[in-house]
Amino acid sequence: MATQTSAPALPGQASAPGGFFALVTEWVTTVDHKKIGIMYIVYALLFLVVAGVEALLMRIQLAVPNNHFVAPETFNRLFTMHGTTMVFFVGMPILFGFGNYLVPLMIGARDMAFPRLNAFSFWISAFAGFLLYFSYFAGSGLYGAGTAPDVGWFAYAPLTARVFSPGHSTDYWTLSILLSGIGSLGTSLNIVATTLCMRCKGMKLSRLPLLVWLYLVTSCIAFVAISPLTAAQIMLLIDRYLGGHFFDTQAGGSAVLWMHFFWIFGHPEVYILVLPAFAFANEIIPVFSRKAIFGYPAMVAATVAIGFISLGVWAHHMFTVGLGPGANAFFTFSTMVIAVPTGIKIFNWLATLWGGNIHFATPMLFAIAFLFQFLIAGLTGIMLSASPFDWQLGNSYFVVAHFHYVLVGAILFMIFSAFYYWYPKMTGRMLSEKLGKWHFWLFLIGFHLTFDFMHIPGLLGMPRRIYTYEADRGWAIWNLIVSSGAFLQAIATLLFVYNLVRSYFKGDIAGPDPWDAWTLEWSVTSPPPSYNFATEPTVESRRPLWDLKHPEDPDTNYE
Amino acid sequence: MSLSMNLDPVQNLPAAVPPSHMQALHPPALSHAAFLPALLATKIFQSPTNIFAPEATPAQSIFGLSLFVLAICGSVFLVVAGLLLYAIIRFRHRPHDSDREPPQIYGSNQVELSWTVIPVIIIVVLFLTTTRVIFLTEHAPRPKDALDVTVIGHQFWWEFRYPKLGIVTANELHVPVSDPAHPTPTYLTMESADTDHSFWVPSLAGKMDVLPNKVNIMWIDPEKPGIYLGQCAQYCGVEHAKMLIRVYADTPAQFAAWVAHQRSPAVIDPAVAEGRQVFFHNACIDCHTIQGTAAHGIFGPDLTHLASRDTIASGSVPLTPNNLRLFVDNPANFKPGALMPPMHLNDHDLNAVTKYLLSLR
Amino acid sequence: MSSAVAIPHQPAEEWTQPSRGVVGMACLIAAESAIFIIFVVAYIYYTGKSLTGPTPRQVLDLPIVATVCLLSSSITVHFSVHELRLGKVSRSAWWLAATILLGGIFIVFTALEWYKLIVHDGLTIRTNLFGTTFYSLVGLHAFHVLIGLLMLSLTLLFALRGKLTQHHAERLEVLSLYWHFVDAVWVVVFTVVYVLGR
Repeated sequence: MATQTSAPALPGQASAPGGFFALVTEWVTTVDHKKIGIMYIVYALLFLVVAGVEALLMRIQLAVPNNHFVAPETFNRLFTMHGTTMVFFVGMPILFGFGNYLVPLMIGARDMAFPRLNAFSFWISAFAGFLLYFSYFAGSGLYGAGTAPDVGWFAYAPLTARVFSPGHSTDYWTLSILLSGIGSLGTSLNIVATTLCMRCKGMKLSRLPLLVWLYLVTSCIAFVAISPLTAAQIMLLIDRYLGGHFFDTQAGGSAVLWMHFFWIFGHPEVYILVLPAFAFANEIIPVFSRKAIFGYPAMVAATVAIGFISLGVWAHHMFTVGLGPGANAFFTFSTMVIAVPTGIKIFNWLATLWGGNIHFATPMLFAIAFLFQFLIAGLTGIMLSASPFDWQLGNSYFVVAHFHYVLVGAILFMIFSAFYYWYPKMTGRMLSEKLGKWHFWLFLIGFHLTFDFMHIPGLLGMPRRIYTYEADRGWAIWNLIVSSGAFLQAIATLLFVYNLVRSYFKGDIAGPDPWDAWTLEWSVTSPPPSYNFATEPTVESRRPLWDLKHPEDPDTNYE
Repeated sequence: MSLSMNLDPVQNLPAAVPPSHMQALHPPALSHAAFLPALLATKIFQSPTNIFAPEATPAQSIFGLSLFVLAICGSVFLVVAGLLLYAIIRFRHRPHDSDREPPQIYGSNQVELSWTVIPVIIIVVLFLTTTRVIFLTEHAPRPKDALDVTVIGHQFWWEFRYPKLGIVTANELHVPVSDPAHPTPTYLTMESADTDHSFWVPSLAGKMDVLPNKVNIMWIDPEKPGIYLGQCAQYCGVEHAKMLIRVYADTPAQFAAWVAHQRSPAVIDPAVAEGRQVFFHNACIDCHTIQGTAAHGIFGPDLTHLASRDTIASGSVPLTPNNLRLFVDNPANFKPGALMPPMHLNDHDLNAVTKYLLSLR
Repeated sequence: MSSAVAIPHQPAEEWTQPSRGVVGMACLIAAESAIFIIFVVAYIYYTGKSLTGPTPRQVLDLPIVATVCLLSSSITVHFSVHELRLGKVSRSAWWLAATILLGGIFIVFTALEWYKLIVHDGLTIRTNLFGTTFYSLVGLHAFHVLIGLLMLSLTLLFALRGKLTQHHAERLEVLSLYWHFVDAVWVVVFTVVYVLGR
């Protein structure tokens, strides 16, 4: 690979007078998928810090029983905002950001199929995030902690009805998520259209990098999953403002109907969040094991299977609602079934490692932790899928521990991995390995302190969403340990942000292919030119750069 | 709002039943799962709401199933994590390794088939076992001597009605113990007066949601007399955290005495006549009921035999003269966000009405 | 580093991929279908569960004329696309105008129906569960019809100003896919609300 003697001119380094204004205009009006991707990622990182602070405040309140660190109303707003922010304004944007950046590059395209729609999707999502936080200022003003929503991130009816939630806090929740959903649909549409219509010559679907396959399936899930939430939000607004009765139990409406609609969205949503994490693993684990991914066709089939089955498991969030033994048994079954394709993926990653030559650079450290942690998360998921067991474990801290194990232990760890892996491509600089290892080990310890021990209060009967608890329940010591881990994770995250900023200016020059990888994005400069590829590439296998580097043994012989 | 400094200590309450050691109806499925209950019986895991310390049949069925599930999940973890650990150690890059890439293996039909088939078999076994327990619990035949209690969830307290006995009370649920030879379980018919709640007493049964416009039924059959603790498990608003449950499992004699007492008319003690006046001339009667008087309010707990209870504010505060006075003065002293407004009584009236309430044994 | 990655083996085969517009519209239709399905499910779930007020049987008449108009407009828009493909812009514009007219008639009939329901039958969105689910579902559909009419009108405007050409045939086809979708939804709504629900 050609090395470069100086960093290419990065957009952020304009220093001429008027340069700043021109710079801002360039980013605000851009339709370049790479810039939009970066904006999504930076935006998500900002909200990660905000939602992380919300988590810390909650953990301080819960560290000891009968604490008075925050008022009950404030705590209830904190868990609502923390959950809503993390799912919609951290998880979705960061994953769509990476998708935006990588998908066109990996398929040899110049941009997304609809660049203006791409920009629109970003700005409407960004606006949605600020709208949610504007709720802290709107209404009563800054004192009394504002009127942020306090109905929980899944906002069960009829708690969200006008009579139980007066004022506008719930409406900020409803509207901001509605808008964010429109943004997500736009990006998903772009990913599908780009993947199906703009692949470079020779890139049949069977040669698509697995990351692109997974983003394709994720986007397809998004169409059928986000829309039910949009529909339910519209119904809620009709109830709150037009006097409708969709969820008005006094008029014969059903609280359970909201639950069905929400979870028809909510469960596929978590697959929308986790499939991109799998996508990163599919690219990163092979490169650092120095082996092709094991079982490419099975990986694709498993992904598609997960996509379909994920649409049929939603009522495992409703085992305690009283749907009847038939429904409980059905959803137990479908939830257990989804473990099969998911398990296949873990085994395929294991087989990729097997017989390889594993390099423990920072991206791989995070990926390996992901493997262990996702395994555990999946197993606690199996425990929850057995509905009688869920009658005890559901709505307790066991569930909170389980889903944080997936969201943080699997998804966030793979996001960190993706950062260390693709940051060089995006900026032309390497992140510091030393800081990276500090980040990894601190975060790992903090994560396990918090989320391993969090299972225990759940087993000891602690429900979720409580602002305090009695001293005689035996939960105090565990909550204290859980809270201590939170601070370690905070420190590690700050270290990571420092690494991101420092390396931008002082990191080693990366060159086009610092990891000796095999997909198309590593064939262009770091960062890529705005047009990505000077001429459209032609590919003959799943790993075009492997074929170039190993002309004596190309992948085309084996596919 | 901060709690008052005069809060009386919780130790004065009758002790809850300590978690018992292993009363499972179903023995552990695999031997290495037996270490779990032994572990959980150690001091550090002591809790009156430990789901692995069942004291009634529904909780025991769940406990048996949970051991089986844990055993399977534990085994899967050991195998897969073991292989992962082995792989990252055995196949790590060592400094003296050559720069050649390792053999590229693209897949193996046999291996992939086996790790598809084996999980499917495990899932089928797990599913069949689970389904059996689902139907066992939800379709259990109802013995003829079962007691009926209607549970009505409110923001942020529990109403208990015994329709066949003509009793209405709040927050402290009295049930008879159930002898396995001659079962007398309690069937709870649950509805909500406002938003979603969930009734969870871990040592007795799994939780069941308490929803408006939907009736749910569950049953419990504690074998040992004692107090079983629980709380609301579905976020229902500001004071969801303080919607506690106390289940008093009484011996047949105790239960009969309790029933007789609850059915007796409200105590009329001339010594607290002044407080009685305060009660009936303020808005109290709009929300509360005292049987046999002009107070017929249904928005708040029934106070007919308030003083026979151990706690107020839905189990979160012991019933002592001091606490009661503080609560009546301003419920936000204990439960900011509780729907009962501060009554703004002067000290004199406050003391009088407190004395009156304490007379309602 | 060269950005052309190739190992020339065979001569380049023909490389075709689906049209972006069609795929994009298919995705939009998938998402919109999901929204409509949820409203239909709510409608079906609440059938017969209203505690008070007028029932569907009492107040709903079959909107035959409106339905015929709307479904015919699918045919007219199809011809419009066909003519534009052949380069016959003015004929295409006439068919387009016919589509808009038929769609407009549908909206007028909907408005008349709602006027009757609100003023004469006393059924509003807040009357009962039937009112809530009826106006939401039919209203959501009517809203989609309006958006479609707006887009079709813009296209007609472009045609009248001489800016519409044969090259735009595919874009018009994408728009017509949306219009067909709106009609298909009406078939479902008609069946559920006016046939089965009564």
